[in-house]
Amino acid sequence: MRGAAATLRGELIGLAGVVERNVYIVKRYVWWEVAFFVWTVANTLTIVFIAKGIEAAGGTIDVDRTTTILLIGAVIWAYLGIIFEILTETVQWERWEGTIEYTFMAPLSRPMHLAGMGVFSVVYGVVRAVLLFVIVAAMFDLGLPNANFASAAVVLAVASVSFVGIGMMTAVLPLISPEKGVQLGFIAQGILLVVSGVYYPVDVLPGWMQALATISPATYALEGIRHAILDGAGVGAVWSDIWPLLLIGAVAVPLGLEVFRRGERYAKRHGKLKRSG
Amino acid sequence: MTAVEVTDLRKEFIRREGRLRRRRVPALRGVTLTIERGECVAVLGANGSGKSTLVRLLATLLLHDGGTATVFGHDVFAEPRAVRRLVNRVSVEASFFKKMSSTENLSYAARFYGLTPKETSGRIPEILERVGFPVDRRGESMEALSRGMQQKVALARALLTSPVLLLLDEPTTGLDPRSKLEVQKFIREVRRAHDATILLCTHDLDEAEALADRIGILADGQLIALGTAQELKDRCGVETLEKAFFAATGRALAEDAEDED
Repeated sequence: MRGAAATLRGELIGLAGVVERNVYIVKRYVWWEVAFFVWTVANTLTIVFIAKGIEAAGGTIDVDRTTTILLIGAVIWAYLGIIFEILTETVQWERWEGTIEYTFMAPLSRPMHLAGMGVFSVVYGVVRAVLLFVIVAAMFDLGLPNANFASAAVVLAVASVSFVGIGMMTAVLPLISPEKGVQLGFIAQGILLVVSGVYYPVDVLPGWMQALATISPATYALEGIRHAILDGAGVGAVWSDIWPLLLIGAVAVPLGLEVFRRGERYAKRHGKLKRSG
Repeated sequence: MTAVEVTDLRKEFIRREGRLRRRRVPALRGVTLTIERGECVAVLGANGSGKSTLVRLLATLLLHDGGTATVFGHDVFAEPRAVRRLVNRVSVEASFFKKMSSTENLSYAARFYGLTPKETSGRIPEILERVGFPVDRRGESMEALSRGMQQKVALARALLTSPVLLLLDEPTTGLDPRSKLEVQKFIREVRRAHDATILLCTHDLDEAEALADRIGILADGQLIALGTAQELKDRCGVETLEKAFFAATGRALAEDAEDED
């Protein structure tokens, strides 16, 4: 019992070490982080202005509602991008710096290592997402009188588990292809969002895409968060989005760990853990 | 007590030849080696001889294709986490997050071995001081430090976790003579003070002779000789280790090929 407690303590310290390392990195690259955030805001604006553009072109829409729908889509896109990016960097950045062998030969278990990356990516992603939402909402003077932010936060928290699980699967790609692995991660992110109704209802998609949407956690995250912010839906009202997210999360995390484990074995068999860069 | 026991260890890599053809290239061909606790064994070999592959296998960074390897009784391939608690490594590349400081790099790395901030807050400055790292440069990013300084931090990182087996993969390659001597002095001190077992892979004959109890010669993935420096010289009937290496391998150590493992 005491041995198990000591092991768990060591693992949690290791998990904290992963978070600590990422905090140092953000601190050291703080101006790059600011520049990247400015780019994200600009990118979000290019999407969100579409609502005003439709009105200006003579379309009859509820501009505030459409703006909020687009804003939520863009914020989730940016959030998912950060999670995938940080998890993929588990391998890619360490490989470039040459620290990958030191991290992978440490006694920290891989699930805890990846959990540390997941915890940091979620915390960092949430901070960025909230800032992004607040800044753009303020620019468009979105009142959001009915918004239930607590309920939206619950949906985002549950969805994050699935996102981290899928991120673990994309994190393994640079182990298999040091040159193109990261780009494959971006492709996965794009596919996930395109079938999930990021800026449009899922109903407009072709049948085969709608089938894919049912297994994408982003579908339920977008639906649930929009329902909570636009209509003030409470946790009970978005339960129909939460339970599929719990189910997908329960599958995605073990699957992500197993995919990463196999990728690590492949890399160790073929000598691909070495520095590249 | 036996610290490292390697028996008939084999490792192959697949090399692509053109688009479709692949060829299996042996990196280690049945290496057998035993290192006793507290002993320092140097493995000499040209680039591409399999030294780094041997170190990576013992560090659990590669999977083998045959044979066995144990570290203090733990099977390297079946119980990698138990082995990782006992081992640390210093390689030819210092390998750090370059924008981070030495203290930051050491702090997070220590957490991976279960050391708390309370434990490392006093220990990191103490170890950095012991390796001769200037106190006033602890906050500087690693990229601002010389190769010699970076290598001292790499030694500090390895020692911070109190490894009982230290794998040194060409730790002084590329260092200026003064830094080289400082690192070698520190390796001796570590061995004396920590009772650490050391596997030193190098192509520096003087370094091997100065630091190691026994010296092995690795050529084309095979350990073709193992003994004290004097035994190797006597066996080949020559006066220097350089000549013994030449006699054993048929070529001088300087005739390096590019490292392929």
